[in-house]
Amino acid sequence: MRFMFIVTSSHQGGPSEALLTEMHKLADREIKAGRMLDNAGLMPLAAGARIRVAGGELSVVDGPFVETKEVIGGYAIFELPGRAEALASAKEFMQLHKDFMPEWEGVCEMRQVAAAMS
Amino acid sequence: MSTDEAHRAILAVWRIEQPRLITSLARMLRDVPLAEELTQEALLAALERWPGDGVPERPGAWLMATAKRRALDHLRRGAMLRRKHQAVARDLEAEQQIMPDFDAALDDDIGDEMLRLIFTACHPRLSREARAALSLRMICGLTTDEIARAFLVPEATVAQRIVRAKRTLSDSGLTYETPRGEELSERLGTVLEVVYLIFNEGYTAAHGDDWLRPRLCGEALRLGRVLTAVAPHEPEVHGLVALMELNASRTAARTDAAGDPILLLDQNRALWDLLQIRRGLRALGRAAELGGARGFYALQAAIVACHARAATAAATDWEHIAALYADLAEVARSPIVELNRAIAVSMAQGPAAGLAIVDRLASEPALKNYHLLPSVRGDLLEKLGRREEARAAFEIAAALAGNRRERDLMQRRAEAAARA
Repeated sequence: MRFMFIVTSSHQGGPSEALLTEMHKLADREIKAGRMLDNAGLMPLAAGARIRVAGGELSVVDGPFVETKEVIGGYAIFELPGRAEALASAKEFMQLHKDFMPEWEGVCEMRQVAAAMS
Repeated sequence: MSTDEAHRAILAVWRIEQPRLITSLARMLRDVPLAEELTQEALLAALERWPGDGVPERPGAWLMATAKRRALDHLRRGAMLRRKHQAVARDLEAEQQIMPDFDAALDDDIGDEMLRLIFTACHPRLSREARAALSLRMICGLTTDEIARAFLVPEATVAQRIVRAKRTLSDSGLTYETPRGEELSERLGTVLEVVYLIFNEGYTAAHGDDWLRPRLCGEALRLGRVLTAVAPHEPEVHGLVALMELNASRTAARTDAAGDPILLLDQNRALWDLLQIRRGLRALGRAAELGGARGFYALQAAIVACHARAATAAATDWEHIAALYADLAEVARSPIVELNRAIAVSMAQGPAAGLAIVDRLASEPALKNYHLLPSVRGDLLEKLGRREEARAAFEIAAALAGNRRERDLMQRRAEAAARA
């Protein structure tokens, strides 16, 4: 089963040096263990844009978005046997944040990727 | 949380940690099968403690501490020290003293230990079934029951296979080996064979009613990826990973809503998994860069890649595929390769050219009970308008098919050929 982890945080600026090191270690282990298929951090929201449809109108708004509190910082895609493994993996990832950057606050959303259906 | 859920959660954590636990213990004990046993004991301890106490914040550290305690107990009991050479004992004592650093070092060095684990599990002294079972158990963290269900054999059979395999290793003194250099390349063949066996067991499900056993495919793919990490310079490892990723990329398109198989050329290519195709093509490129384009697995992957690259079935480069099968026939002289070449040739040059190759295979003893030979023959005859012969061929194929769904498919084709 494929899972996507989406990390959201209101924290300004990137992760601390210590956290980065630990995250790289974990990512390296997960890639070598064949579980992580893909992962990436996202460039700051200011460089992005939002393309919205509302009330029958399409509009494009360039960043930065002053009203935004929670920002998606990155994602990872895993291939795992099931939900329990995904949960364990996401918890381990978030425990790293707790241990190595205690002031950080955020959310890791764990979602199963829908399988294509014939 | 129900007990069942709690157990699944614990097993999930354990699966993540197991390779580190087992490699770490194997290094302490100089004995892979024993290390495996003691990590199982750590799992049992977790299953006993965590449902009551709750899962610790750093479950990996807890499991490691528990497993190491078991290993130290084992060493203290001295059974091991008496058996092994005195020098090994001195090494061990030295290692115990530097253990905290040793853990950190292991992060960088896990590749070597992992390789040792894989080569021990896939030792040529063991039967293929035993190698597969031991790999799934020691490297993928599957339980005996899960392995049994995946291979459709009784749990007791798998348990016995594992016990016997471990005994064979212990009796032969093969509990802690690292092949190097040329021996590594040589022994790698048996490892890749086991990984591919596990993949195919899940992918083709030769027996029973399950068309797909995705769990086995997933574990084989994972094993393959682990191998690319620990043996990155071996082209055939990348070739096998490419082959598995590219084949697995078609999983969603291979069956219809009722679970019946859809042949490759009839599949909806929009359902092919692009992430997996990308990974497969990248692995194939890596194999070629390392000089392994003509390897057994790389050539098969190159054939599958021709399909993956074609936007439509009609756009398939059949001449190229026929040429790759001819190359493959040189690497692995096999009537099955020849049968596949016949299909490619028929697509490139017409059914008559393909049938000529198929008919040369009719007397091949290895294909006597192989249902795909009459199935391909029926298909080519039907295209040539020789419908009565086609019907007869499909009926032979139906009688030989080992899987209910394939048998039904062949029966339907026989009826269709007769009707026209």
